[in-house]
This record gives sequence, structure tokens and C-alpha cells, in this order.
Amino acid sequence: MEAMVFLLSLIDCCALIFLSVYFIITLSDLECDYINARSCCSKLNKWVIPELVGHTIVTVLMLVSLHWFIFLLNLPVATWNIYRFIMVPSGNMGVFDPTEIHNRGQLKSHMKEAMIKLGFYLLCFFMYLYSILND
Amino acid sequence: TPPSHPYPHHSAEGPAQSQMQVPSGYGLHHQNYMAPSGHYSQGPGKMTSLPLDTQCDNYYSGPYAAPTQNVVTPSTANQPGAQMYGRGPPAPHMMGSTPGSLHGAASSASHLHTSASQPYSSFVNHYNSPSMYSVTSSVASQGFPSTCAHYAMSTVSNAVYPNVSYPSLPAGDPYGQMFTSQNAPTVRPVKDSFSGQNTAVSHPSPLPPPPSQQHHQHQSLSGYNTLSWSAPGLPTQDSLIRNQMGSLPIVNNNTTNTVADSLSCPVMQNVQPPKSSSVTSTVLSGASTRMPPATKHAAEPVVSASQPLERIQHQGMQYGDYVNNQASSTPTPLSSTSDDEEEEEDEEAGVDSSSTTSSASPLPNSYDALEGGSYPDMHSSSASSPAPDRALEPNPAPAQALSPAPTPTAPQPAKVAKPFGYGYPTLQPGYQNVAAPLNSGAHPSGLSYSGFQQYPQHYPGVNQLSSSLGGLSLQSSPQPESLRPVNLTQERNILPTTPVWAPVPNLNLELNKLNCSPDSFRCTLTNIPQTQALLNKAKLPLGLLLHPFRDLTQLPVITSNTIVRCRSCRTYINPFVSFIDQRRWKCNLCYRVNDVPEEFMYNPLTRSYGEPHKRPEVQNSTVEFIASSDYMLRPPQPAVYLFVLDVSHNAVEAGYLTILCQSLLENLDKLPGDSRTRIGFMTFDSTIHFYNLQEGLSQPQMLIVSDIDGKPQTVLPSQETHSALGPALQAAFKLMSPTGGRVSVFQTQLPSLGSGLLQSREDPNQRSSIKVVQHLGPATDFYKKLALDCSGQQTAVDLFLLSSQYSDLASLACMSKFSAGCIFYYPSFHSTHSPSQAEKLQKDLRRYLTRKIGFEAVMRIRCTKGLSMHTFHGNFFVRSTDLLSLANINPDAGFAVQLSIEESLTDTSLVCFQTALLYTSSKGERRIRVHTLCLPVVSSLTDVYAGVDVQAAICLLANMAVDRSVSSSLSDARDALVNAVVDSLSAYGSTISNVQHSALIAPSSLKLFPLYVLALLKQKAFRTGTSTRLDDRVYAMCQIKTQPLVHLMKMIHPNLYRIDRLTDEGAIHVNDRVVPQPSLQKLSAEKLTREGAFLMDCGSVFYIWIGKGCDNNFIENVLGYPNFAAIPQKMTHLPELDTLSSERTRSFITWLRDGRPLSPVLHVVKDESPAKTEFFQHFIEDRTEAAFSYYEFLLHVQQQICK
Repeated sequence: MEAMVFLLSLIDCCALIFLSVYFIITLSDLECDYINARSCCSKLNKWVIPELVGHTIVTVLMLVSLHWFIFLLNLPVATWNIYRFIMVPSGNMGVFDPTEIHNRGQLKSHMKEAMIKLGFYLLCFFMYLYSILND
Repeated sequence: TPPSHPYPHHSAEGPAQSQMQVPSGYGLHHQNYMAPSGHYSQGPGKMTSLPLDTQCDNYYSGPYAAPTQNVVTPSTANQPGAQMYGRGPPAPHMMGSTPGSLHGAASSASHLHTSASQPYSSFVNHYNSPSMYSVTSSVASQGFPSTCAHYAMSTVSNAVYPNVSYPSLPAGDPYGQMFTSQNAPTVRPVKDSFSGQNTAVSHPSPLPPPPSQQHHQHQSLSGYNTLSWSAPGLPTQDSLIRNQMGSLPIVNNNTTNTVADSLSCPVMQNVQPPKSSSVTSTVLSGASTRMPPATKHAAEPVVSASQPLERIQHQGMQYGDYVNNQASSTPTPLSSTSDDEEEEEDEEAGVDSSSTTSSASPLPNSYDALEGGSYPDMHSSSASSPAPDRALEPNPAPAQALSPAPTPTAPQPAKVAKPFGYGYPTLQPGYQNVAAPLNSGAHPSGLSYSGFQQYPQHYPGVNQLSSSLGGLSLQSSPQPESLRPVNLTQERNILPTTPVWAPVPNLNLELNKLNCSPDSFRCTLTNIPQTQALLNKAKLPLGLLLHPFRDLTQLPVITSNTIVRCRSCRTYINPFVSFIDQRRWKCNLCYRVNDVPEEFMYNPLTRSYGEPHKRPEVQNSTVEFIASSDYMLRPPQPAVYLFVLDVSHNAVEAGYLTILCQSLLENLDKLPGDSRTRIGFMTFDSTIHFYNLQEGLSQPQMLIVSDIDGKPQTVLPSQETHSALGPALQAAFKLMSPTGGRVSVFQTQLPSLGSGLLQSREDPNQRSSIKVVQHLGPATDFYKKLALDCSGQQTAVDLFLLSSQYSDLASLACMSKFSAGCIFYYPSFHSTHSPSQAEKLQKDLRRYLTRKIGFEAVMRIRCTKGLSMHTFHGNFFVRSTDLLSLANINPDAGFAVQLSIEESLTDTSLVCFQTALLYTSSKGERRIRVHTLCLPVVSSLTDVYAGVDVQAAICLLANMAVDRSVSSSLSDARDALVNAVVDSLSAYGSTISNVQHSALIAPSSLKLFPLYVLALLKQKAFRTGTSTRLDDRVYAMCQIKTQPLVHLMKMIHPNLYRIDRLTDEGAIHVNDRVVPQPSLQKLSAEKLTREGAFLMDCGSVFYIWIGKGCDNNFIENVLGYPNFAAIPQKMTHLPELDTLSSERTRSFITWLRDGRPLSPVLHVVKDESPAKTEFFQHFIEDRTEAAFSYYEFLLHVQQQICK
């Protein structure tokens, strides 16, 4: 049972890692002007909800399986994801808005965020892996 | 979705089809051609003209393979453009008129025939052969009336030009001389040379103000009076001139010959005056007559010489000549010189691009070959080729009429000079002479300011004035003055009595002269801090304010085969690059060392080799390049205009349709465009109506599509109150997407049907709330998405909102914001109930329809390595980090950019900013307008403060505050504004040690900062506590984002003048009118006296306040009423009374009005009338229920600082 939970989390985490890498690649493409803001944002916005859901599942899973430490570790990130999603102004086209992404250093902050998440997911990945092996 | 099919216009796409639809453009060309021919005959150079023509033929023949005569047919104009055709006939006239020159006439006649075909061919070229493009385009662009003379003399002119145009260049001395005598002149020659081109280039511009024309004419007649010159110095005049210049192309289009004529004349004059002055020193009028023969002479010899090189040049130049001629309608010597420059450049382009053969084999043989038979087809076309240039010219006929006398004059100097640039000395004296008078005439203090001229070269007129004023008031010693500590709380009259000018960067005189005009390009800090840390310490915003596409009087247009750019950062070569040696230049933005291309080694101005640093690109910080096909992703698009009109019950009731139709009818012929131009209409209420305007139909067919959502609407009430704006816009997008263009949307209410429908979000009870102002952002992303789609298809959406109730401008504005459109808002518009609004709409429409327009534009802003841009403000879509996508660009659009310093700038003493605006002109040319600004880098905080441009800083802060209020909240934005003052003043306070802490000290450069911030806080966009409708607030925010600095400043801080005692003291002269210059009053009711009358200039509105005790003489002489009591409550016009005070008042108001693109509405406000609250809310320094007075604000700031 325990192993199943962590295996599931591990797979989920892998997906999240890939997603983060995808975010980073796409954003850096935009930075280098390989793609335009419109297509970049529409690409990324598609994956905002999957990421949110994926991460929420892990978090909930940890809560259900009563792994408090891992749950508390995941909670801030999950909260941030949801907060970010809810706080999108009504006129914007999603978390990534092509008309604003070049303004006020948004591109940089998005990039920074994606990097941090990648790091976090990697950390989680090894944590889950360790947990599985320990079992 | 069905919408696309009904639209008739679109059926014809592609150049070939354009004939049918867009005959007008063709018609235009015809005209020009015709006219030019007339010129030919007229031109003194008849003798020479023949050979030249042949040359031309050769030259052109290559490029214009296509020249079939299809063109001629199109003239049958069903369309608005048709009128142009009417002009065609005049050409023959001209020919007839030309007295002696049989040769010329003959040649001209032939030209005419061929010419007709030409325009078409040129178009073809665009599509078929990109290389040709540059050549043809240049020709076309330069349609100026005076060509004919040039034509004959073109050869001559080349020689002459160098001397005249660039007096300073050849000899070191002239420069110094120039300075002393005249600031402007030194620069001017160059400009002049270019100016012709400029005018040609800037075709689309809007309204030619009549006064300016008069002025010009006057000038020509008077033999270039110095006085008349003086006028140009004034800002208004400048603008006028610009308009005219811009309008030239339009003129061609114009149906009315008379208009065109009038326009053309002025234009020519503009160009000429400087030249004439420079060339002919004292004998202005007399010289003119002589000139022609001389030129002829010169021309002949050159031709006879038949040197290979020369010939080639000629070939190339010929059309340059044409251009030149056209540009300088009056063939004054200078103009000719300028023409030559152009010619040379053109030539280069032509040689390279058009016919390699000619360039390759400069030998006479090549000519022969060309002529003889190598390109037989071409031959005819080639003959016509010269014509195109003329075609561009506004009105050949008028030019003729006016120009004849002047033309002859021009040649003479040329002749003298021509041989080999010897002419220079002779010219020089004239130059000086002229210069001095100019200054004196322009200004009372003309002589004094020569030293202080900021930007003499580029914009002589304006610069002269501004520089003069600036020099007098502030700038003579910028450093000490701008740093002088000012105790704000003790300085009672903080506002200077003269207008505030942009500070001059602390550069050496040479660089300042080369620098970009502050009207186009301004930086909030004219001394750039070395590091971000230093910038943070200064607590001031760093950013640029741009007005890149404004109407210019002088703009060098460069047709060159290779546009020289840095290989790594793609910066255009500019005056601030350094030449390491003859062959290499170092980029001033990325410091890469680049090679100077071979072509660039040749200086067309001096016709000398090996002087790359004297090329026009390196002599002017504002230039325009004619771009080659490398700069196109597709063939240049035609001008396409679509009008989407709300015809719901509400709209019909408001009655805007009549005004629109009237304006459209009046201005249809002035719409910028060529023969490919298309116009379409679409109306909507709850259904969408398309109109079939195909020719052959006796009246338009109306096609109704009720299927707006894919769900058929079954109910069609007779009085449809619903508005299906969203579906209409989607249909418009589909219509426009194949070509791109401009969509003008007229909307009168909240869209209530289909996609994009909006709900009313405003709570009227919250209008004066102090706490929270909600709904400043859009309610839906529908309009944003639509705008981005449009932007991707090179379509801009302009919104005219004429509504009486809340219409959620915050959401609707998105359609324009992100598609690079513009927004006009007429609250509570009603054609009969609010005549002032109706009048405003009418005037705005006139400007809107006729102003210049650029299509499928992109703007890239580059800055020196180490600086980076992080936020852009304006209407556009940011496509990548430094690239703005502008589906349309109009001359009234301003932009702002925030900068940050990423790497320290310690290893450089100068930083540069360059904006490059690549656009398609309404004539189908790809052009690049480049502005370059150079600023010094400083390492100390005091130097940073010394260089603050307070107006630019305020405008940038306003832009940032708008962003903040939308993304965060209004109160946040207000706090940020106050903090900006508190932080910057406290940071400054910390740099000066010797001052007691109790006093509120600001450097002189920042002394207006608190006042302006207070003004911002009381501005409609940011005020709280005063009842403000949400739409009004949002509109104010839109304006802040898009207005260029000059206009925005008036909006933020209006100007108040006392006008009941206008005198001629310090008055300036514009167009023969004396314009009084009353001093600025501070915006406080304490300045209002009951005995006075005051004028408040709020940018888009003028108020005239009449005090109760105002002198009856004034009321009677100016307002036309016997006494105060008789003045009506609503008065929006001043009667034209034949009294001195009325004349003064009106000339002052007209002068103010001429300075801006959209004519403001005038309200006469009586002292106790209810309308006075509107007026009094602009008294920024006074206390209101909800806001501080200026003094209280200062105390508040001081308190914050001490905290």
C-alpha cells in the first residue's frame, strides 16, 4: 500500500518534472525569440491546469496516507499553484498572458518560478524514490 | 460563419485586380506624370532635357519591364480616387503653357503617354522584382511638383548640390560661420537636400492647414522674406509645414486640383526657402531669375562630357532629380542641390538594384545599349519612368505656376558651383546673410540664442524657437541651474512663466546638434546613471518617451542599396558610431567593429569618395530608409480601410452617422493610399449588414446576416436596440485578414448580443468613492484575443465610442490596445444636443481620415549594451523582448519604455538608444524610420539629478501608475505616485549636507516634480473623491498610455493664460500673423481676477473664463456681446471681429490649436455659470474637498520625508 502510494507519487512527480522542463524550454524559447509570445502563452496555458491537478493529487495523496512531512512540504507549492490560477484577472488569457509576459520582467519571474519548481519536483522525486526503496 | 462572402471588395485581391477597385491610385500617378511633363517643357533645360530623357529611358527601361499600359485604363474611377484622374488633363495644359522649349514639350508629351503606363509598372515591380522596388518606390515617393526643371538640369544639379547643400562639409570654416550667423542654417542645408525627399516620402499626412499655405505662398512671392522665415521657427508653423509635407502625396489623390495646387506650392516653398536663402545671399528675388540659365549650362557640359561615371550617376540620379525637383517644388538652387543628393543616393540604389549593367559598365556604351535595343520594351516605359516621380508630386501644375520664376534662379548658383564644387564660396555668403535675417525675424532674440540651439539641424523651425527660448530661460548653463537647490515650501511661484522645455543632454555641442529631437525621443534622465545601484539611489524612473511617427518637416530619406547595420546587433548606422578608420566603424550599441561597405564609402552629398562619416545616415539622427525586399515578408499591403458602424436605435438617435458620412465624403479623396486602396463598410445592430459596393451597381446592395452566433436570430424588431459588436468584429477580422489594414469601429452602447457581450459593471454610487475603484480592467478576454488575432493579420482596430451611458470602455479598449489602434471617446455624444461634441467628432474625423498611416509596422528599440527594456507602454503587441508589433502606426501615437541597467556602464561615457520603425507606407513602400538618441553616462548622484527631465519623468510615472491601478488598485497607484516624490526628494536631500532638514529642498530640475505629481493625482484617471464616471477614468488612462509627451503634459497640467490684455510684447510671427505670447499663470483660483478673462488650455479642451467684472471693451471686441450679462451660457466659438483684441485672441488660440493634431473644443465659461465646476477642477494648486492643495501636498511630502 505504502509502496503503491509512493509509486503513484513518483510517476506523478516524473510528469511534473517533465512539465517543468517543458515550461523552461518554452519560456527560454520565448526569451530567445524563437517563438512568439502568443504561441508560447497558449502552449503554456494549456498545461497550467494539468500541473495544478497533478500536484494537488500528490498533495492530497500524502494527506490521505498521513505522510505529514511530505504533505506540509507540498502544501505551499500547491497553494501557490491554486492561488496563481485563481488570481488571473478576468481580462487575461490565462496565467501566461501574451500581452504582459514581456512587461515588468514577468518572463523572468515565470522562468524563475519554473526553475524553482523543477528543483522542488526533483527533490520530491528523490524523496519518493527513497521512500519506495525504504519500504 | 457566413460573413466573409458578401464582401465585394475583397473579391479582388492582388495587384492585378487592384485596377478595378483602386483606380484612384493609378489616377494619381497619371496626374503626376502629366504634370511633370508639363514641367519638362517648362524647364529651362530643354536643350539638355532631351538627352537626359533618353538617359532616363535607358535607366528606367531596365527596371520597368512591366510597363504595360494597363494603367491607363484604371482611371475610370468609380471610386473616390477617381477624381484624381480629372487632373490628368492639366498636364497637357502645362505642356502648352511652356513657352519656348519645343524639345522639352516633345519629350514631355512622349513622357506623358508612356508615363501613364509607368505607375502601373512600378506597382508591378513591387511584386515582381524586389530589387527594382527600391528604385521605383523612391521615385514614386518623391512626387513633387517642381520636377520638370530638375529634369532638364539634373546633371547640373548634382554638381551644384554638394556645395550648396553642405556648405559646412567641404570647408571647415563654414561651420563656424554658420554657427555664428545662424544655428539652423548649418544643419539646414542637409535637411533641405533631404527635405524634398521627405515630403515625398511622407505622403499620407493629413490636413494641410490653410494658414500655412498662405504663409508659404507669401514667402515665395516676397522672395523669401526673412520674416516669413521667422514663422517657421514657431512650433505651430512647423506642424503646419509637416502636415503639408505629409499631405503632398495625398494631394495627388485629391480630387480638387485647387487644393493640390495650394498644397504643392507651400510644400515647395518649405523646402526651398532654406536653400534659396543659402544659395542666393542677398539677392533673393533677382537671383532666381538668373539661376535657370546657369543650371542649363552646367547640365549641358556634364552631359557632353559623357564621362562614364557621370553618366551612370545621371542615370541613377535622373530619377533622383525628378524626385528632387518634385520635392523642392520651386526649383531654387538649394533645392536642386538637395535633389542632387537624393539623386545620387537614388542613383546608387538604382544602379545596384535596378540595373547591374549600368553600374557595371559605366561606359557610354552601356547607355547606348540600353537605349538602343537591349530593352526595347522598356524603352517606352523608361521614358515614362521619370514621370512616376512627378506623379508623386502633389500638383505639378500649381508648382509650375508658382515655380517658374524661382526655378530659373536656382539653376544659376548651381551652374556656378556645379563645375566641381567651387561654387561653395560664392554660396556661403548668401547663406550667412540669409541666416542672420532668419533668426532675427523668427525671434526677437534671434541672435542671442544661436549658441544654444539644441537641435538645429533636424527641425530648424521648431528647434530654433525652442532652443532660443530654452537658451534664454534655462539652458544656457544647464548644470548649475538645474542643480540649484530650491526650497519648495518657500517658493511661491514655482511655475515658470514660459513653457518648460526639455533639458539638453550634457554633451558637447557637436553631439547635441546631431542628437535626436526631444519631440521624437526623450529620456527621463538625460544623464544616465552608471549602475542600477545609482539609479536605485536616485529613486527616479528611467525610461524613454517616444513619438516615433510624428509628422516631420525635415526628414532625410535615404534610398541606398545597402542599409548599413551592425552585424551583430543589427543597429542602423547613426551619427554616434565611431569610425576607426576609413573602412571600419564601431557600433555604438554593442561595440562590434564592422566593415564599411563599398557603397557607403561614396558620399552622394559631396560626390566624394572615402568620406563615410559624411554620409547622411551619419549626419542625421532621424532618417528614413527606403527598405528593400529583404525587409518584407510579403509584398507591401495596400491601404485597406473598413468601417464598422453601429446602426442600432441608440446610434441612429445619437446621429453620429450623418457626421461620419459627411466627413467621409469630404475626405475620401485625402485618405492616404494608392491605386490599390480599398474601402469597405459594415453595419450592425442585432444583425450584421454587409454592403456590396461593386462597380456597375447603381446603388449599394445590402446583405443582412442575422446568423451572428451560428444560431439564426428569428426576431428582427424594427427598433433594434441590441448591439452585436463581437460578431461584427469577428466578421471584420475575417474580412481584413487576407490583407491587413485598418478597422474603424463606431460603437454607441454596451455590446449586448453574441460573443463579446458585456454587462454593466459600474455602480454609479461608487463614482466618488475614495476607497476602491473597481473594474478598471477588462471583463473578458474576448476583445484581447480578437485584437491579438487582428494584430497577427496586420489589422488594427480603432475604436470610436460615442455613448451616453456606461459602455465598459475598459473591456472595449482592449480591441485597440493590443492591435495598435487608437481610441476616441465622446461621452454623452449627441449630434444636436451637444454641438461641441459633434464638432469635435467632425474635426477629429478629419484628422483621423487624412493623417499619415503606416501599415504592417514593427518597431524595435535598441539600447547600448548594459541597458535593457523591461516594460513598454502604448498601444501595440510586444512580440519579443524589444520588438513591438504595430499593425498600424499613426503620427499621433506615443510610446513609453521603462529601462533598467543590467550591467554597469563604467566602461562607456555615452549610451545610445535607437528606435527603428519599419512600416509600409500608404503608397505601398517599405520604409524604416530610425531615431537615435545619445546621452552621457554619469557616476555621481548629483549629476543624475542635474539631468532629470521632469516632464518625461512625470509621463513615464503616469504610465506606470496606469499599469499599477489596473493590475493592483487605484490607491496603490496613488501611493506609488506620492512615494515617487517623497523618495526622490529625500534621496536628493541626503546628497546635500548643508541644508537644514526642516526645509523641503529640490534641485531646480525637479522643482516641478511635486506639482506635476499633484496634478496627476487630481487627473481624471487617478483622482478619488470627485465623482468620475468609470468610462471617463478609463479613457483618461488610455490617453495617458498613448499620448505623446507634449500632449500628455497639457492633459496633466493645463496651461492658463490671461487673455484680456494681450499685447504684442514678445509676440511671435506665424504666417503673417502676430501671435501674442502671454505668460503662463499658475493653476490657482487666486490668479483669476474678476476683471480678467483667462484661457485654459487642457490639451483637448479650451476654456475661456470671463470674470464678472471683465472689461466691457474686451467682451464687446472679442466675444461680440455688449456686456457680461449678454454672454450666453453655451458659447463655443469666438466671432471673427475686426478689432485688434479679437484678432490677437483668435490668432493666439489658432496658434495653440495648430500645434496639436486633434482640434480642441472651446468653451466660454462665465463666472457664475454652472459649467464653471468643469473649469475649476483643473485648478490643481487649489484645495478641493477630496484633495490637498499644492502647499498642503508639499507639507505632506515633507512630513513623509521626515518620518
